[in-house]
Amino acid sequence: MPLVLRLAWRNLWRQPRRTWLTVGAMVFSNVLLIFMISLQFGMYGLMIDNTLQAFTGHMQVQAPGYIDEPKMRLTVPDIVPLAESLRKQLGTDTVAARGSTFALASSEERSFGIAVYGVEPDFEPRVSTIPGLLEAGRYFTDDLAAEIVIGEVLARNLKVEIGDEVTLMGSGRDGSFAAAVVDVVGVFKSGVRDIDRAITEVPIGFFQDMFFMEGSGHQVVISAPAIDQVQLMKERVAAALPEGDIVLHDWDALQPGLKQAIQADMSSAFFMYGLLVILVAFSVLNTQLMSVLERTHEFGITMSLGLKPGRLGRLVLLETLIMGFVGMLIGMILGFLLVSWLSVNGFAYPGMDEMAAQFNLPSRFYPQPSLISLTAGPLVVLIFSVISALYPALRLHWMHPVEAMRAV
Amino acid sequence: MRDLHVLGLLARRNLWRNHRRTIIMLAAISVGTWSMIFMIALMRGMVEDMLNEGIAVLPGHVQVHHPDYQDDPSISNLVPIPDAEIAARFDAAGIEKWASRVKVPAVVTSEYESRGVTMLGIDPARERGLTFIDEDRLEGRFLESADDNGIVIGRKLASTLETELGKRIVLMTQDPDNEIADRGFRIVGLFDAKMEAFEEGFVFIGKGTAQKLLGTPDRVTEVFALGGDYRDVEPLFDKVSEVVDGSVDVQRWYEIDTYLGTMLTVMDGFVFVWIIVIFFALSFGLVNTLVMAVFERVREIGLMLALGMKPRSILGQIVIESLMLLAIGLVIGNVIAWASIQPLKGGIDISVVGEGMEFFGASSTLYPKLLASDVLLTNVVVLVLGFLASLSPAWRASRYEPVEAITKVD
Repeated sequence: MPLVLRLAWRNLWRQPRRTWLTVGAMVFSNVLLIFMISLQFGMYGLMIDNTLQAFTGHMQVQAPGYIDEPKMRLTVPDIVPLAESLRKQLGTDTVAARGSTFALASSEERSFGIAVYGVEPDFEPRVSTIPGLLEAGRYFTDDLAAEIVIGEVLARNLKVEIGDEVTLMGSGRDGSFAAAVVDVVGVFKSGVRDIDRAITEVPIGFFQDMFFMEGSGHQVVISAPAIDQVQLMKERVAAALPEGDIVLHDWDALQPGLKQAIQADMSSAFFMYGLLVILVAFSVLNTQLMSVLERTHEFGITMSLGLKPGRLGRLVLLETLIMGFVGMLIGMILGFLLVSWLSVNGFAYPGMDEMAAQFNLPSRFYPQPSLISLTAGPLVVLIFSVISALYPALRLHWMHPVEAMRAV
Repeated sequence: MRDLHVLGLLARRNLWRNHRRTIIMLAAISVGTWSMIFMIALMRGMVEDMLNEGIAVLPGHVQVHHPDYQDDPSISNLVPIPDAEIAARFDAAGIEKWASRVKVPAVVTSEYESRGVTMLGIDPARERGLTFIDEDRLEGRFLESADDNGIVIGRKLASTLETELGKRIVLMTQDPDNEIADRGFRIVGLFDAKMEAFEEGFVFIGKGTAQKLLGTPDRVTEVFALGGDYRDVEPLFDKVSEVVDGSVDVQRWYEIDTYLGTMLTVMDGFVFVWIIVIFFALSFGLVNTLVMAVFERVREIGLMLALGMKPRSILGQIVIESLMLLAIGLVIGNVIAWASIQPLKGGIDISVVGEGMEFFGASSTLYPKLLASDVLLTNVVVLVLGFLASLSPAWRASRYEPVEAITKVD
């Protein structure tokens, strides 16, 4: 071991209690940061996945302007063949065409305004979780059948069951009156009240007939295998799209609220983490300043023997660095253990289930340790610790060896 | 008493002896306290905003419905008491802020588009100041009476429907016999709401007009009352329960929107967790400072003990020292917190993430909210835990063996 390192190490353990307390502050904040960041990023991932997989998909092909004002007239022509050709070119099944409008749904007893989506029976289950959430009945088998799948809340409000008839009334693409009678064949339950109340699906062929779409639709939904492949997928889709009056939007354009909610949450979380790190930095500053001051006499002697203040300053920084590494190591080990334990046993907070449901999250949460969550917090703590030791280290430059030696 | 005075003097001088260390520790305590109070004020402001928005849409702190209405919000589930009777009873009971509404799902259709909405038949005179509509920001006019023939819709809805002020739209809903009831309305006003979802989801017509349309004269689907503080709705709840009879459901706001209710509880929990977390981060530094302060005075403490000072007094001296440190730090922290929140009282513009805030149910201006109870809690927790943290070094100092301590060389 080089001399400086040995010196620094020994200096640290001259006051083991003080060193441990400072390391303790680091470990405490490191473990807390690892836990919070794992939880946070895990939640964001789930929030994005659950929200997008429920219905929106990772990207959509639409008519220009449809994203801001989803109007009936803003259509993508020949939408089913377009989806088919995208599937072929991308070599994936996770592409589905949709038509979408609003209509009045009436049962014998009740009427409600709802969103009606015309979907491709074979491919919709690939881009949305709703077909998989059927509580009763079945999904579509025929592209032209006069059938509808509705949410559990709407079924309750309309007072209908599987096999009952519902009348749909709305306006067609040309603004004319459109009406049809459909059979309820399936009821889904997503647990999100707004989805279960307002979203209904019919086969796209039937949708196009009923609303005079002439083969057009409103959106081609495309799902990527995972969120981090969206960018790549988007480029491939863009290349595969035919020329024409259509645009491609990815999920942050489709769900701007989602991304911003995450940003808002992230900025408030980082503000909190920042405060925590500053407090630890104060603790380190205090410790190192004390340790420098109490060694004034000794530093005076070494300086008069010819040691440059710069080297002494580096010694102080080295001590801090060692302390920081010890804190980082212990913090990372403990943090990893904590998160690993939680990844098996789950984490819940009283009242969280209700809050979680609002954001499409499960009520018990299983954070996964990741390289980023394990290292990001501890590294920042380490950096700030070393920065805060700069002042005590630089003070040595102003020290007068003779005066220092006189200090008791 | 004299003892205490001397101890206080000693503690103060000791603190000042190593003023650099004291200042750093004071800075840490102040920053900690500031961060506790400031962060809590921001969070409180956000939750308060979410609650107020939520309560304004519900609306009210206490609502009265037909027992089946929440499950089946239809005109057939009318409040079984005639509207005039309700008015008489509420007025007699001295409830000031209340209104009754006809609230049913409906579909609006323009020449181009149709949308599902919630139709609110209201008495504009009664509702003034109780709803989420800001009348100053209204384009056109608001409804003038319960029998107004116009309709007021949100700006966002108007643009989706491709319609505008002065044009006609058709409102379709269902009467108690399950027949379609529809009627054309001229748009007399466009409202702005803090949240787009409200602008898209609600249309306002006169209560009398709605009753005529639905064929339900003198009947409503909902009565709501607003009290003073949303945390304390019990008196209002009792009052309303007394006024109506057992044929209806009376609910508090947190029962109607359980998400809002949970929000408040979780927030209260969070405040406490945050204070504790920050305190722990602080406490390492605090204990460290005190331990060091004791350590470098071993000889001097030994001397004091040898001169006959009681161990109890040594303990007291160090505890007083830490309490002084805490108290000064707290005062500074509180002042900075107050000073940093005061200029933000007018609201912080966070519209950069406005749609994200809407996702949470809050609007894009954040008003920090300083609650006396939070400030009190912060200060008490820091003082009490700080006192406990200082006990160990103090105890250690009072247990020194005088002779050993005096002869100790470092």
